Formats: sequence, C-alpha cells, structure tokens
Amino acid sequence: MKLLELTRLEVAYGGIKAVKGIDLNVPKGELVCLIGTNGAGKTTTLKAIAGLLPVPPDAIRYEGEPIGGVRPFELVRRGLALVPEGRGVFGQLTVAENLAMGAYVRNDAAAVRQDLERAYALFPRLAERRAQSAGTLSGGEQQMLAIGRALMSRPKLLLLDEPSMGLAPLLVQKIFETILAVAKEGVTILLVEQNARLALEVSSHGYVMETGLITLSGPARELLDDPKVRAAYLGESD
Amino acid sequence: MDIFLQQVINGLTLGSVYAIVALGYTMVYGIIQLINFAHGEVVMLGAMVAFSVIGALAGTTLPPLVIVLAGVLAAIPACMLVGYAMERVAYRPLRGAPRLAPLITAIGISIILQHVAMLVWSRSPLAFPQIIPLVRFYIGGAIITGVQIAIILTSFMMMGALTLLVYRTKLGIAMRATSQNPHVAGLMGIDIDRIISFTFIVGAALAAVAGVMVGTYYGIAHYSMGSLLGMKAFSAAVLGGIGNLAGAMLGGILLGVVEALGAGYIGDLTNNVFGSNYQDVFAFMVLIAVLVFRPSGLLGERVGDRA
Repeated sequence: MKLLELTRLEVAYGGIKAVKGIDLNVPKGELVCLIGTNGAGKTTTLKAIAGLLPVPPDAIRYEGEPIGGVRPFELVRRGLALVPEGRGVFGQLTVAENLAMGAYVRNDAAAVRQDLERAYALFPRLAERRAQSAGTLSGGEQQMLAIGRALMSRPKLLLLDEPSMGLAPLLVQKIFETILAVAKEGVTILLVEQNARLALEVSSHGYVMETGLITLSGPARELLDDPKVRAAYLGESD
Repeated sequence: MDIFLQQVINGLTLGSVYAIVALGYTMVYGIIQLINFAHGEVVMLGAMVAFSVIGALAGTTLPPLVIVLAGVLAAIPACMLVGYAMERVAYRPLRGAPRLAPLITAIGISIILQHVAMLVWSRSPLAFPQIIPLVRFYIGGAIITGVQIAIILTSFMMMGALTLLVYRTKLGIAMRATSQNPHVAGLMGIDIDRIISFTFIVGAALAAVAGVMVGTYYGIAHYSMGSLLGMKAFSAAVLGGIGNLAGAMLGGILLGVVEALGAGYIGDLTNNVFGSNYQDVFAFMVLIAVLVFRPSGLLGERVGDRA
C-alpha cells in the first residue's frame, strides 16, 4: 500500500520552479531515500509534502487522501512529521520541553510519558541533558533531539531532511543506525540525503533527483550498483 | 514622615501596574515582533468598562468588594474580545508585510480605540465612586493604603500565574516555541494562529485588570489615559529587555520606583527649579541612561542568541 504518493508534483519556490513534475511513491513500512546534489530540489519536495509550500491538492496523496496545501499543523495530527534541514530545535527550550513539543498534538499523557522514556532510551545523551537548553547541545545531539522530537508525535510517515548534514563521520554512523532502528519499529521514512551511499545502504528504494526532476529510481541495491549513480554520487569512476 | 520609604511604596504600586501592562507589550513582541501601540488603549477600555459597571452598582447595597469584582469581571472579557479582534482584523492580514505596516496599523488602532471611547464615554473623566473605605497602615514612618496593598498583591499574583502558565504548561511551552521559531512550531502541530490569538487575549486580560487598578488608584478614568500609561509600560518593557517576561516585570517595577523617587527628590536635587511634575522626565532619563549602556535592556538577550 502506498502511504505517500507524489503525482507530477511541481513546486515554485521564490519565483523559480524548483520541482518540475516528479512522481514518487513511499510504500507503507518502507524506508525510501531521495538523493541528489545540492539544489536539486530535494528539500523543496519535502517542504511541499509537509505543507510548508503551496501546491495543488492532488499532487500529493497521503493515505490515499489529497493533502497538497494542507497546513503543517494539520498534517502532524494525521501522522506526518518532518525533521527539517538544520534540525530546527528550539534553542532556548530545554531538551525535555523540545520533546514535549513533539508530542504537542497528543492528549494521551500516560503514553506520551512512555514514549519520552523510549526516546531517552534511544538517545541516552538526551536523557543526561534533559534539563539543559537545546541551544547548548552539539550538532549531533541536536540532530538526535530533532529526530526524537519528531518521533514523539508517533508519526506514520517521517520525513528526514539531510540528517547527516554538518556531522562528524562517527556521528553520521550513529544517526543512521538510529534511523534504521526507527524504520524497524514500523515507521515509514522518506529520507533526503546528500550522502548517497549511506542513504542507499539503509533504504529499500531510492530516487535520484537532478535539477527538479527524478532522473533515476529503483531498488536501492540496484542504484548502488548503477554505474551512473556510482560515478555521479558515490565518487567512483568506471 | 519617611519620604524615601513612602515613595518606594508609591513607586511599587504604580510599578507593579506598569509591569502588568509591560507584560502585554513584551508577550506580543516576543511572539510576532510587533510593538502593539494599541495595548495602552486596551488598559483604558478595561478601566472605562469597569468604571461603568462599578458606577451603576455603586448605589446598591452590595458590598464594595463585590462591586469592584463585578467591574473587573466585566472588563476582562470585554478587553479579551478587543485584544482578539484587534489581532484578527488588523494585524493578522499584515503578518507577512514589512514590519512598518503593522506598526503604523497599531498606531491607527490606538487612535481609533481612543475615539471610540470618547464617543461612548464622552470627554469628561469618569470618577470612581467613593465606595471603598480608606484604610491606612503605618509602616516605619510611611503610609500604605488598602488599595495599594491590593494592587501590589494582585499584580504579583498575576505575574506569578503568568510565569506558571508560560513555563509550566504545554500551552506556555508552545508559546515560547512559537516565539523562537514559528515555522518549526507549525511542524510540531502547533496552530500558530491560535497561539498568537491566545497571546493577545492573555495580554488583554492583564491589561483589563491593570486598567481597573490604575483607575482605582487615581480615582478617575478617561479616554486618553492609555497613551502615557502605555508609553511608560512600553518603556518599562524595553528597559527590562523586550520579549523577556522577567524583564518586563523588573522594568515595570523599576520604572515605577524610579519615577516615584524622582518625584520625591527632584525638588531637593534641583533647588526647587523642577517640581514633582517633572517625574516623567526623570523616569525617561533613567530609561535612556540604561539603554545607552545596555541597548538590549536589563535582561534582554543578545539577538544572536535567538534560535
């Protein structure tokens, strides 16, 4: 079953058409990645899905329903969570308050408390720093917080925008292990990444985006072996 | 009589009213970076509505406290409605506009509200009926009245309640999250428009009570009372660091005390060239002096610290 379906999605951003009619599917329970260079339109695509940019309703379907142009806070209620590029943690709020905001739409206090403990178990660093303001965390810790916070809404679909950006290799490894763990729990994920190799290694399916268009797509294993992908995105030459 | 202590008591009374009004300015600024120049007029409306109710009930046999309370309970929803409508009608359509546009609108709303009040209640001031018995307490050579005690206590209770709301409740955390980054707050499922409305409503409720307090303290309410009071409260918010709740409280109380001390001593200090009517000048001189050395206010954060 398709949880998310983009049909000929076009997005204009600041006067230019950054996404020029793409089709993309995310089946329920799978981890799908969207890779491509800087400026390819990946972030714009995610922003459109999350309701941050105006698009025609039918271009984006979620659980079979058209959601193009639906406002972000309504999408969160329907189980769609975006971890934005650059993490977007609330720097002056404590770690615990940031996580509480992740669960803003939920009213089941007891279950929220359980999920909070689960988030702390997933990210012990956050547990140690729960009373600290998020602005004092390192980049990696902030990324963990951003993911943990998004999980607090119990999303069905998690959109991750460049989770590895600006992180040391060791931390990138750790973040990707976490993403895999989250996917194993049954959360459907659409992952946008510049680190194509890592993204394809964890994904079941991949899309390659170039200047606003999908140029290649297929099972992630196949893309990893594709000579064009290897040359352009994995830094290998034939 | 101990002039110093007396002026501190008077200053504390006015200062706590300034603080309550300053909170309204600072909360709105914190969340949409708008200086709501019409906030002083909400204070005025609170006083006018309450005085009308109190005046109508003054002839009855109801105990004074009940009458005043009825006035407050009429003023609060009236002001909340004005605060909500103001944001909804005048500021929300300008959310994406350059910052000068809503600022000018705020000045316009302020003028409109003043004139509406003038039409409704006329140019002549409403007098507070003599229903509250004058109670005086003597402490260390100074006098504190029952009204002063009530104002100070009410103000501090409201400050405490607001602090609890903003720092201890989910709604309050959502307000702070929205003020830091509205886009990400939206991604959390927070309805930004609702949070902004709520902020205006809370600020207006505080303003209503402040209006009743300042009206009761001076014994009169009139259509233009909001201008100078609003200006002072806004200055207090800037003095404490605009956008910062604790700053607004500190700034308000400080401004009140400085103003009162200025009024008490300015004659002695200037050999009676300037009288106590120059107290406002004194207060604003202190404001300028502080801002020269701390442009972001006493507790204001550097802009770079904003996430």
